[in-house]
Amino acid sequence: MFSPKTLFFRSFGSIQKRLNSTLVIAEHDDQALGAITLNTITAAQKIGHEISVLVAGANSKKVAEQAAKIPNVKRVLVAEDAKLKDLLPERVSEVVLDAQKKHNFTHILAGGSSFGRGIVPRVAAKLDVSPISDISDVHSVDTFSRAMYAGNAVAKVKSNAKFKLITVRGTAFEASANDGGSASTEAAEVGNINTDISEFVSQELSKSDRPDLQTAKIVISGGRGLKSGENFNILYELADKLGAAVGASRAAVDAGYVPNDMQVGQTGKIVAPELYIAVGISGAIQHLAGMKDSKVIVAINKDKEAPIFQVADFGLEADLFKAVPEMTAELGK
Amino acid sequence: MKILVGVKRVVDYAVKIRVKPDKTGVIKDNVAHSVNPFCEIALEEAVKLKEAKKASEVVAVTFGNAKSLESLRTALAKGADKAIHIECDDKTADKLEPYHVAKALAELVKKDKYDAVFLGKQAIDDDANQTGQLLAGFLDWPQATFASKVGPSDGALIVTREIDGGLQTVKVKLPAVVTADLRLNEPRYATLPNIMKAKKKPVEKLTAEKLGVDLTPQTEILEVTEPPTRQAGGFVEDVPTLVKKLKEKGVVA
Repeated sequence: MFSPKTLFFRSFGSIQKRLNSTLVIAEHDDQALGAITLNTITAAQKIGHEISVLVAGANSKKVAEQAAKIPNVKRVLVAEDAKLKDLLPERVSEVVLDAQKKHNFTHILAGGSSFGRGIVPRVAAKLDVSPISDISDVHSVDTFSRAMYAGNAVAKVKSNAKFKLITVRGTAFEASANDGGSASTEAAEVGNINTDISEFVSQELSKSDRPDLQTAKIVISGGRGLKSGENFNILYELADKLGAAVGASRAAVDAGYVPNDMQVGQTGKIVAPELYIAVGISGAIQHLAGMKDSKVIVAINKDKEAPIFQVADFGLEADLFKAVPEMTAELGK
Repeated sequence: MKILVGVKRVVDYAVKIRVKPDKTGVIKDNVAHSVNPFCEIALEEAVKLKEAKKASEVVAVTFGNAKSLESLRTALAKGADKAIHIECDDKTADKLEPYHVAKALAELVKKDKYDAVFLGKQAIDDDANQTGQLLAGFLDWPQATFASKVGPSDGALIVTREIDGGLQTVKVKLPAVVTADLRLNEPRYATLPNIMKAKKKPVEKLTAEKLGVDLTPQTEILEVTEPPTRQAGGFVEDVPTLVKKLKEKGVVA
């Protein structure tokens, strides 16, 4: 039934499987595994190799326990050292390189967040390979899709690099389950970390009770049309009614209405919620790059010609200062 | 402090790009190009440091085809002291990866001493967001990416970075690589007298061969396609209709 040739390839395939393995660099805050790591695990599963997860940090044990429960993860490498506090890229890269030396992974992945983008290319340089950023699809072990030109072109690329160093677009892959797995845990080597060249000074994180922008099911974003930071309150009220996260266009951030970490777009955050409500946003190419994969898009704008209406499933030509409170009231009925 | 600033010539941010019918790339002929916006911000920061007497010299560098010289002239008009053009033909330029650019910049830094390299956080064409980090890796220098504030401090830079949850401040010892985010500054316009003066400023020509950089591609572009287009759904007349339709769709409770 099977020709010798098929049999040869089949057995060759199984040998390959043992030789090839993928490392996922976990993102976390010492307490919980970052949501984007679960999306990255799904991308790793599509590549199809045995998956290891590296948890590096000053307090990584708790997060390592969470990582060990992710189905299909074979091994969790735990690097715990005070020098890894605050996850500076100069230091975490060294731990990744130590792990690479020991296990010889063929693929090293991290989420395409500010953390992953900081580390993956740096490790790539040290391994002397060209990395691939922000993949949105996996076709095979060496072929991936990624967006360019603010999402106006999709490139299918084949990496001939000896190791594949990849960041993953979180919104392009479902989150993996976070329970049911039983990976083995082992201590990772923490070798010579140079603490001399960089140090953490301080951090100022925006606090919010609303869901995280990148994983929220509903996102409401405001643009220049809101006219002031105070006026964003009408969006917060609607957001609270819907359990939504609040985002913004670059214009709203530049005008100082809201902090920069709320920016949605080519150079801000990429979101793909079930429902995206764009309020007072014209819909520049750079903004569309960050939200046009949303399932349902609603635009509320008083300018009928605004480009946002060309991608909206439902457009409402109206004054947002009337329409948004009306919507909040209507949803309360 | 002597600063090297990388600038890239890209299709202008306002252009609605089109994919070539043969799927080999995007149409670049007869399309407006300009300096990548993030490179302009990196350059502005270097020039401001020079004006504040914190930097001694600002050198702009680009790696690209003959037309990339335009970007260098712009950089010189905005205050760079001299420029370096690592020249290659159009075909090679199309296949350059951040890896190759970072390799070439690393060689420049080894050849001539710089205290810092300022780059944009990403180019708006390939959207890679890699070159700065790769360069820092090749040189084993610290990196301060996505900078929204840069302050020199006694052999180091104090840099505020835009991260996912807010802002983070780090101190990186010089020499270091800094990549600029949007909020770092407002780039200036080049004035006509400065554009004229820039024509007299020196531009050094180099090639990858002279720098000893191998340009063999590691990433092959198999095809470039348009993303799936969305169909506009049209307008709804009022808020109650909108809410009703969203409920029917099941996206709001």
